[in-house]
Amino acid sequence: MFSSTAGLISQKNAVSISVTGGNLRYHNCLEATIAGLDMYIPAGLWTCILGRSGCGKSSLLRQLANLLGDTAQWTGEITTQPEGDSKHQIAYMAQEDLLMPWLSVLDNVMLSTQFGPQRPSQKTQLQFDKAHSLLKKVGLSNQSNSLPEQLSGGMRQRVALARTLMQDHPVVLMDEPFSALDAVTRYRLQNLACQLLQNKTVVLITHDPQEAIRLANQLYIMQGRPAFAKLLAIPDSGTPRPFNAECAQLQQTIMDCLEQDYE
Amino acid sequence: MSNLNPLMPLKVKTKQGLAQSLVRILVSSLVIIGSWQALVVGLEMPSFILPSPFEVFAKLIERHQVLLKHSWVTAQEIVLGLLLGLTIGLTFAIQMLLCKPIKRWVLPILIASQAIPVFAIAPILMLWLGYGIASKVVMAALIIFFPITTCCYDGLRNTPRGYLDLANTMGATKWQLLRHVQLPAALPAIASGIRVAVVIAPIGAVAGEWVGSSEGLGYLMLQANARMMIDEMFAALFILSALSITLYFGADKLLKKLIPWEV
Repeated sequence: MFSSTAGLISQKNAVSISVTGGNLRYHNCLEATIAGLDMYIPAGLWTCILGRSGCGKSSLLRQLANLLGDTAQWTGEITTQPEGDSKHQIAYMAQEDLLMPWLSVLDNVMLSTQFGPQRPSQKTQLQFDKAHSLLKKVGLSNQSNSLPEQLSGGMRQRVALARTLMQDHPVVLMDEPFSALDAVTRYRLQNLACQLLQNKTVVLITHDPQEAIRLANQLYIMQGRPAFAKLLAIPDSGTPRPFNAECAQLQQTIMDCLEQDYE
Repeated sequence: MSNLNPLMPLKVKTKQGLAQSLVRILVSSLVIIGSWQALVVGLEMPSFILPSPFEVFAKLIERHQVLLKHSWVTAQEIVLGLLLGLTIGLTFAIQMLLCKPIKRWVLPILIASQAIPVFAIAPILMLWLGYGIASKVVMAALIIFFPITTCCYDGLRNTPRGYLDLANTMGATKWQLLRHVQLPAALPAIASGIRVAVVIAPIGAVAGEWVGSSEGLGYLMLQANARMMIDEMFAALFILSALSITLYFGADKLLKKLIPWEV
């Protein structure tokens, strides 16, 4: 019932993804990184994927973003509902902010307008207005003409968030985007992302159980060698979740799960 | 004491830096001229072997019109050679980046071409292009072509993968990727290529003039040498080094202005 209402709310935008029988092996590697992975990523909700480093969670995300190229071999089915070209459905946010040092903050936010096959030669006023309003939303409207090197790490990641929102794609893939920040900056950025990415299908890769517990509507743990995905029950409350006893319990469960992998 | 004040505007600091570097230049010139004079006096050098700095200075003033005329020719050769070498080098680098077969065929040829000393082909260039400015421009371009190409190619090839990933998820075409990501990201590397080129381009131009010409500082030096006018040779040499140094610092300043994010 829940997923059908979510589908109704933003029928135009929401995209769900399902992965069945995913196998992934890098060509320079004898063993498979991922095997027998099944995953359903519901539309308009946050799905967090936890796992130890090197378990293949980033590889999975790169496969979803079509970035693996010919370095690895992937078998398995990825279907999006409704179907569409991944270039128009997926926005990608990495651990590094990836701001171009030669572009101003505003131009960085508008980077996506430079790309695409039928890109107009000039940036339109509409795009400028949108970029300005996004910068305002992330609290950086005064910095639009600054260069990235003048900003702090948290500010840079907020610009990256605005750049992601500028694309306005229904699916946002996030590869540990908050992991390089200090605790409080991370906390605030999680709240901001949670607020601004409502109704988007978000896949968040993280190795921080607390982050996953705060933000996830659905939680997967990637486990084993080669890795598979295991669905974990999570409280039904709204996100960002305040940390309570139930969350602490969940964190313990996650830790136990993850610890098995280190043996 | 004043540099302890954190509120001191940056402008003042750079002015101070300028004054300091001027003092450094002045001191090192004085030391060089002083030891030169000491050498002349101490070893009782005849002026047809090593003229004193004052003789050279007198010659500079006495023959300034002739020197200026020939300097103008050499400066033209250097600058045109730089532009030609840069254009060809950058074109080659971009071709090698965009087209792997071109790279496989061209790179060995490029390296082999460096095995032939530029000086050795100078007479052939004279034969083909005549005694005018063209052969010297080509000499200067040839001598900088290799460092420029390798620097440009290295810069273009080493774009951080994150930038490429980001642009790819935004649907960038090959050309958009080159124009908006790879080229700007390569600018610092290209700049170091230009810095090297600016210093060695005069070598090509003067070597060209030695082999055969009717004007230019190299020609003037040969003529002066034949007539045992060693002070005039030194005067030409002085102008040549002044030209190179000015060119280097001019290019350096311009590049720093154009590429403010360069480390």
